[in-house]
Amino acid sequence: MNVAQSEVDETADDIIDSLPDEADVEESFVRNKLTELVEEFSVPVEEARRSVVNSVTENADVDPSDMGGGGSEDVLVNNVEMDGVWVDLEITVDELWEPNHESIAQVGLIGDESGSNKFTAFGDKDQFGFEEGESYRIESAVTDEYNGDVSIKLNDSTEITPLDETVEIGDETETVSGVLVNVYSDSGLIKRCPKDGCTYVLSNGRCNEHDSVDDHEFDFRIKGTLDNGQETNDVIFNRDVAEELSGMSLETAKQIAKEELDIEKVLDRFEDDIVGKYYTISAIPMYGSLMVDDFEQSGDVPDTNELLVRARSI
Amino acid sequence: MSQSQSFERKAARRVFAREFNDGTYTFSDSNEDRAPTFQLLPTGQRANRVYFCGTVTEVEDVGTDSEYWRARVVGPTGTVLVYAGQYEPDAMAKLRKLDTPAYVAVCGKVSAYTPDDEDSENSVGDDTIVSIRPKDFFSVTDAEQRDQWVRETAKQTLDRIEQASSDNPDVAKATDQYNQEPAAYADMVVDALETLDGSDGDELDNSSSSTSMSSSPTNSNSDESDADQPTQTSN
Repeated sequence: MNVAQSEVDETADDIIDSLPDEADVEESFVRNKLTELVEEFSVPVEEARRSVVNSVTENADVDPSDMGGGGSEDVLVNNVEMDGVWVDLEITVDELWEPNHESIAQVGLIGDESGSNKFTAFGDKDQFGFEEGESYRIESAVTDEYNGDVSIKLNDSTEITPLDETVEIGDETETVSGVLVNVYSDSGLIKRCPKDGCTYVLSNGRCNEHDSVDDHEFDFRIKGTLDNGQETNDVIFNRDVAEELSGMSLETAKQIAKEELDIEKVLDRFEDDIVGKYYTISAIPMYGSLMVDDFEQSGDVPDTNELLVRARSI
Repeated sequence: MSQSQSFERKAARRVFAREFNDGTYTFSDSNEDRAPTFQLLPTGQRANRVYFCGTVTEVEDVGTDSEYWRARVVGPTGTVLVYAGQYEPDAMAKLRKLDTPAYVAVCGKVSAYTPDDEDSENSVGDDTIVSIRPKDFFSVTDAEQRDQWVRETAKQTLDRIEQASSDNPDVAKATDQYNQEPAAYADMVVDALETLDGSDGDELDNSSSSTSMSSSPTNSNSDESDADQPTQTSN
């Protein structure tokens, strides 16, 4: 109730202005919906904007990427949590990858002090002109959620300005020591959805996104829990480090699964060798887990004599 | 957030046997069915799970109707009991064929048992026996990991003692419940550390320099010259 009507009006104007001309959307629909959410249901204006934009794009068959971004906010690449929010960023292009679809102009990692995050630029090949290592100001990009992970999407309405000063990319790598107290059962040989760009792990032949799929791609990973006595962290060893940790290759794992006629037997072969051991990992936080980059089998070793001095001084 | 909190996995506390066995008071924050129970450690921290290393000296099937295995795991400051039944099948399978003595690492939930007593209203604490249910793992290990655990447990026990503040309700409750200050466990930490090779324990406690320590402190084998220390056998 405290939100000034003018703020609601401005937001409504923004949304209406950003609609593509061909969109068949009543202005009054946008205004009424927004007013209802904010005034009657006390929804914060930004959340109401998101909700209205979503319903407009769904009902009127408008691609959200075609909506220009009024009132986008300056954010850091890793401080985006919601889907479909318009944002401005100042970043350095960390890595450029090969686009796997003709609608994608450029794809890769962009970074700032919060670390790096994925971006996907939709449009013509030369439209954006990002170069690795260069810094840019990006205006009117839109956030995109997939698999619980929020990345940055650039489209026709996004504006790019090269920056003279370099934006430093923060190092997100964390070093954590502890005991591997648990290994999840979806570790070892796993089947991933074979659909383009989908990385979901199949459960009984079903993908969360694509439902029942006929085919699969084998992968090898280890998902577990590292416990240091104070807190627990879920840690994920992807193929390279998982092979090193288990001493088993993806090929051997496939062979075992074939012989046993059961992919779950793969984990049985090495679970006892790794559970209950100390590890120190360097890892990057992602999807609420730590993605292991490197590890060694040893804990954080405090010095005995320093501890003795401490204990005796109490 | 707070709702999912109670289902989050709790960290396994590092605690020496003496403190663990003294910690006979257990509690729960709510009456909900699945609310986690905690052991109140005498140094003022709560433990839902613990991680312990030591030497198994005895293994026995103490079950009447079905298999129920008990292991005595000896650490540098005492012995903890580990019980494994049908709900800990992995640990049970290992206990069944374990040759003693052996170094083991065990991680699981704290379990407290108070034998039936006619006037149980008054029998708070003393009769209660705490033990470990190896929900996470029970594995045979080596002297190196045990020594690492001793150092880690020493550090975390000292952290608990040093950070104990009477403003913390758990610390206040522990001090009241066990009738002693967390600092009372500093000597236990010294005792534990002195069992390690390469500690200054020898030189500081015995003025004689007769023990010929072959300079570099190795963890893999305990030295013959440590025979007078209260150390575990490590063969």
